[in-house]
Amino acid sequence: MNDILKSLIDIVGDKGVSNAPEELWFYARDPGVLSPHNPDYVVAPKTTEQVQKIVQLANREKIPIVPMGNGMALTGLVIPLKGGIVLDMKRMNKILEVNEKARYAVVEGGTSQGVLKAYLQEHYPHLRHSIPDAPPTTTIAANVALHGQGRLTNQYGFNSDMVTGMEIVLPTGEICLIGSPSLGPYWFSKGPTLPDLSGLFLGWLGATGVITKMGLRLYPNKKIREVEMFVTDKVELVPEILYKLTHLEILEDVNVWFQPKPLMFVGNFHVTIYFNGDTEEEIEFKRKMIWDSLQEFIDSKDGGFMNVQYMKGMLLQMPQRGIADFADVPKGGGFEYSGPITIIEHFPQYAAKVVELAKRYDILYASSARLISGGHCMMFSISFAFNRSNPGMMKRVKEALDEATTFALEMGGIPWKPNFMEQKMTMKKMDPNALNLLQMIKKNLDPEGIMNPGNWEVN
Amino acid sequence: MYKLKFNEKVCATCPSSDCLLKCQYMTFSGHKEAHAEIMKVVRGKDSRVLHECTTCYACEEYCKRGNHPYYLICERREEKGMFTAARPITNQWINMTEMQGKFLVGDVKDKALSCCYIAELGDLGTGEIFKDVAAAGAFGTEFMCPAVHTHFARMSVVKERLPLVIDNFRRLGVKEVICLHDECYGTFTSIASAYGIEVPFKPVYYMDFLLQRMKELRGKIKPLNITAAYQRPCSNRLIPDKLPLVKKILNLIGVKLPRRVYQDENCLCCAEIVRSISGYKLADDLQKRNIDDMLAVGAEYCVFNCPACQSSLSEKVSKRGLKPVHIIDLCKMAIGEKERKVA
Repeated sequence: MNDILKSLIDIVGDKGVSNAPEELWFYARDPGVLSPHNPDYVVAPKTTEQVQKIVQLANREKIPIVPMGNGMALTGLVIPLKGGIVLDMKRMNKILEVNEKARYAVVEGGTSQGVLKAYLQEHYPHLRHSIPDAPPTTTIAANVALHGQGRLTNQYGFNSDMVTGMEIVLPTGEICLIGSPSLGPYWFSKGPTLPDLSGLFLGWLGATGVITKMGLRLYPNKKIREVEMFVTDKVELVPEILYKLTHLEILEDVNVWFQPKPLMFVGNFHVTIYFNGDTEEEIEFKRKMIWDSLQEFIDSKDGGFMNVQYMKGMLLQMPQRGIADFADVPKGGGFEYSGPITIIEHFPQYAAKVVELAKRYDILYASSARLISGGHCMMFSISFAFNRSNPGMMKRVKEALDEATTFALEMGGIPWKPNFMEQKMTMKKMDPNALNLLQMIKKNLDPEGIMNPGNWEVN
Repeated sequence: MYKLKFNEKVCATCPSSDCLLKCQYMTFSGHKEAHAEIMKVVRGKDSRVLHECTTCYACEEYCKRGNHPYYLICERREEKGMFTAARPITNQWINMTEMQGKFLVGDVKDKALSCCYIAELGDLGTGEIFKDVAAAGAFGTEFMCPAVHTHFARMSVVKERLPLVIDNFRRLGVKEVICLHDECYGTFTSIASAYGIEVPFKPVYYMDFLLQRMKELRGKIKPLNITAAYQRPCSNRLIPDKLPLVKKILNLIGVKLPRRVYQDENCLCCAEIVRSISGYKLADDLQKRNIDDMLAVGAEYCVFNCPACQSSLSEKVSKRGLKPVHIIDLCKMAIGEKERKVA
């Protein structure tokens, strides 16, 4: 047994460490198109102190360390590009506190979306958090570390905007509290009115530290959730439709999607509109406001509401399970998407690009945009499904995604959860002084360059 | 392309203009105005009828002279390039129901049990009542009656697809097709006849079949002793002679149908298509009046014939304390095959 393995076992016990090839195989890959790369060790800590000791060891020995939630980002963000230790956080899954009146929860860094959802349903049924449409096993900390979105993103912004404090193990091993918990026992603010240090970690994809605890805003869980779906065949009308809808300021979530299969969806753009309320009267009032806001499109016959009664159960699922079905349309269970954040008025250009790429690369597309912060911007997903046993198809998907990122950058958009190549493309386009600042922060926080190396790496 | 068999003289000499005067959604000052408007439609001129019709099918029933005013309105709308609902919704229906070779056919011999393109019908057509025909199901767009496209004024789609559907059944070698959906039976009888499309098999209305089977199963029936309201679907307007079957079946299984305002010829549509065509205000009003009326006569159950009506109204009637149930399930409850529904 080598010294590193022995040291890791000393920290977490022999059941929390592995370098067995069959386990490393799983930690070498994710469901996307990037090539796998083996780690040397997988470690699953149970406490912050164990995380600290592992990071100190890695820093001392200059071993790469990759913090991992559930590994479902699809863009290879936890593939250990330079080997080293994968820090599997899933055993740190305790809900530490719910402050009902202040509406926040404090959870450990490996707590999954599903665990928090189930806990709130059982103990605080009138509270909820912003659940992304990813499998429920995905973790809350990983989601905010990549600026994820969820069901409440239209109302309250990126899920990372909902963070109310963090405990971080820095790359040099210090345990650091961010926001109001740095001053007292309450986890109600990640920054304001202090300088907001959370920005040193949110969006960094684990390249500046390990989130071991975090506070998260909770929101009222209304008794009734409802959904309407507006359909148009004129892509140029989509930005105006969304503008009218967001003017209402009553919508929980708004998604715009289009796809060529099944046939009933061909040629149309579907706006799924979620809203909620505590009484039937409130729901009906909101429904009427939604319909009235789009009356001009109904009158011109350019758009209309479709009957969703038969698909309502599926639409109201959180997370929506049907999304994963897309991966199996070409059989072989693979899909990956580029999800640039962009302004809504660019929807028509992005939509045209998706169709063009799919045609040119002969691959199957689906696209779904989610509005952020009442329409200030949107996440526009350019999704392609592929067969894992078809390397040619995977190569075409990868090239199409690269081209999509180039297009997004040309359009002034920001790539979301970019893979390491897309990060390089982004940094190349970035204002040089902003890039210098990025480099300065990374170097100071992670002088040995051990944290998720290959990601947000300036040199 | 098939042409509507329509006789202008029949309308020109109509003494009643019932097709429009009885309409629940358009009002006319009297026979003179109604007659003038339908004659505009007949002669291919613009008429407010073409803009205001909600596509409830009822004028097919109101016209006692068999001149198919509803099909004519749909033809004229399409000729003028009009859309009743939004263009993308219209196209969605056309795309969704296109034949793609994805159909299911069971052990079909002389008889087929038509499940149209409605999955729920497959579940309904089972058990003791359907034991001799349940295995002979035919499901998919290849076997779907295309009457729904009349709502969207796309008679060209109806005329193009109906002969194909009929031919698909013919190729199964069936002598009889038991239609579990009113719309299918209405299409094979009323629409096919109106357009001179030959139907080389005998369409059997499922309520005829149901009544016969319940008579045969009389010994197993335990009267339900409940009070219900019946939601008559739009497509039943194409086959009004079949309306009495509902009362006969419900009477046989101990279901009381108190007389209510919106029944028989005065029934109200489930309003889901109306929502697409005329907007939520009319649809909400129809649904509210309809459910108020059901409750006013003391109904406990809302009995459906059409799964589409059931889908659009079930949640709404449930919220107001009524139990939604399909008439076949009600029969299954009566012979002890199904639990009594709880709203």
